[in-house]
Amino acid sequence: MQSLTNRATPVDRRPMNLWEKLYLPAIFKGMAITLGHIFKKKATVNYPEETRPFSPVFRGLHILNRDEEGRERCTACGLCAVACPAEAITMEAAERLPGEEHLYREEKYAARYEINMLRCIFCGFCEEACPKQAVYMSETFAPSNYQRKGFIYGKDDLLIAHPQKSITENKK
Amino acid sequence: MGIDMIIFTVLSAIAIAAALGVILSKNPVNSVLCMITCFVAIAGHYIMLNAQFLFVVHLIVYTGAIMVLFLFVLMMMNLNADIEPQKRNWLKYAGAISGGALLLVLVAALRDASLPAIQEGGKTDIGLVSNLGKTLFTSYVVPFELSSVLFLSAMVGAVVIGKK
Amino acid sequence: MDFTIDWYFLIEKLLLISAVLGISLLVAMYSTWGERKVAAWIQDRRGPNRAGIFGLLQPLADGGKLFFKEEIIPSHANRFLFVLGPSLAMLTACLTSAVIPWGDSLTIGDRIVSLQIADINIGVLWIMAVVGMGVYGIMIGGWASNNKFSLLAACRGASQVISYELPMGLALIALFMLSGSLSLKDIVEQQREGVWYIVLQPIGFLIFLICAFAECNRTPFDLPEAENELNGGYHLEYSSMKLGFYLFAEYINMFISSVLMATLYFGGYAFPYMDSLGLDGNMLTILGIVALFIKTFFFIFVFMWVRWTIPRFRYDQLMKLGWKILIPLALLNMLVTGAVVLFRQYGI
Repeated sequence: MQSLTNRATPVDRRPMNLWEKLYLPAIFKGMAITLGHIFKKKATVNYPEETRPFSPVFRGLHILNRDEEGRERCTACGLCAVACPAEAITMEAAERLPGEEHLYREEKYAARYEINMLRCIFCGFCEEACPKQAVYMSETFAPSNYQRKGFIYGKDDLLIAHPQKSITENKK
Repeated sequence: MGIDMIIFTVLSAIAIAAALGVILSKNPVNSVLCMITCFVAIAGHYIMLNAQFLFVVHLIVYTGAIMVLFLFVLMMMNLNADIEPQKRNWLKYAGAISGGALLLVLVAALRDASLPAIQEGGKTDIGLVSNLGKTLFTSYVVPFELSSVLFLSAMVGAVVIGKK
Repeated sequence: MDFTIDWYFLIEKLLLISAVLGISLLVAMYSTWGERKVAAWIQDRRGPNRAGIFGLLQPLADGGKLFFKEEIIPSHANRFLFVLGPSLAMLTACLTSAVIPWGDSLTIGDRIVSLQIADINIGVLWIMAVVGMGVYGIMIGGWASNNKFSLLAACRGASQVISYELPMGLALIALFMLSGSLSLKDIVEQQREGVWYIVLQPIGFLIFLICAFAECNRTPFDLPEAENELNGGYHLEYSSMKLGFYLFAEYINMFISSVLMATLYFGGYAFPYMDSLGLDGNMLTILGIVALFIKTFFFIFVFMWVRWTIPRFRYDQLMKLGWKILIPLALLNMLVTGAVVLFRQYGI
């Protein structure tokens, strides 16, 4: 049979000589190798304390952005949902009422905005599709959860903190 | 009653109870375990006689090796109570008679036997390794070597059978 | 006969026995931790490091887990024997430590306390006897489980232990020819004055080491508990602390074999230049105990090192190694040793 690559080496089928038959030298060689591994650098990362650095183009969990006054940028145009190949994004639009100008930047806003993180493939098309720079992908990934519904992220999970309010107010 | 006597009594009781267990137990594995207990109790008697070497050899050879092989064979057999063949009555009587005859012979032989170890109180040093070794290789060297030749031939026989 | 008992002697021995048992259990406990650490290091991992600093509380967590797990006794198992198995394994594992000299004697007040539970003149044979009985724990447990895999493992274990006892005994006989004594204390004292027996008996030591691996059912001879052929071996049906007892007994056996190797071939509590340090008795004894434990821990490490290096033997290879290689080698070693001893005694 013709060989596919030139890297093939024939198996050495000569009978073992006395040195090889002793078996002990081979064992000692193996033990030297394993002993060497004890002093090698460990491959494990102590996860919660240390994390591996993400690459600069890493696409993680989505966030919904606010503008510099703290108003939501999203206008519920639906372009992200259309762009999404995994159909992970759903939203419901609502009209901004008078007196809510400090909450929403445009006249239309997303009353409900959900991303199913189990469907999402983190391709980043939503980020590209967004005309208002409302959706961005952060450098974290979804933490584990016991239930599927825990992976459906609503607006409270996605919206970033208000830039002019304290942390405690944002929590509410 | 000294402490020696107490230990002797306890060990003897264990040995006899275990020996009875060997023949009365229905399950052969239990019989073997009783036999092991019996051997350990007898080994205890050797210690009481200050025969340390005999004690430890008894443990190694009988409890440690031979009984393991017994157990080994028994475990390999499919032991169910319902497939046990019914023994015929005349076989039982024959067994009882021959066993009784053997007991009679033993009792008759032991009746006149002198038991120096018991009379001396069992506190000799002959059972220690070095003394025993010297005795074996000076006074009893011929029987010792003869028995080792016997063992050797038995081993060769075992190998021959195993080769077949 | 009167009942005067030397109470000091009794208390001293009781204390010594509890100390030895306690240390054996402690070392066995931390051997499990060490095993996991060494395994991890050899495989470029870190090993347990969550429970306590360096994961030092891991054995306690494991023990707690074993204690609180549900005890399952298979419905067709022989209940009495099923419980007897692990108990016997544990008992025989602990019995061996009785004849090992853990150190020279301590002087407390005007009493000289020997750090050996029983200095009987058949010391090593006692260990052989107990090791031979240790196989009952495996056999009874494996048979009583009423599981064919357990039974197979028990048979493997029994035949393995019996086969490897022979070369072990033969290797020891060569050692006794040199020492002229079966007492472990004498053997250590001889090595304190002369050279360690590893120098005189290198082949004997090698045979002893290999047999010790086999007797402890450690890799490469762990066929009785082969996870991937027998689903775990003779303790397949065991759960909770009874399983813990089996595992523990194995680690205690490993500890005792390490101590034994250190004592028989590496000078026990004696260390080089021991008597030219100019220290007094008690200090020297304590140093000796430390030396013994350093040697022991080294051998425990070797046990683990080998376990994570060498794959398991096939069963026919195991038997071939035992009967066709080790026994002839041990016999040859014995003959040569005997000839040399005779030659040195009488000349040609």
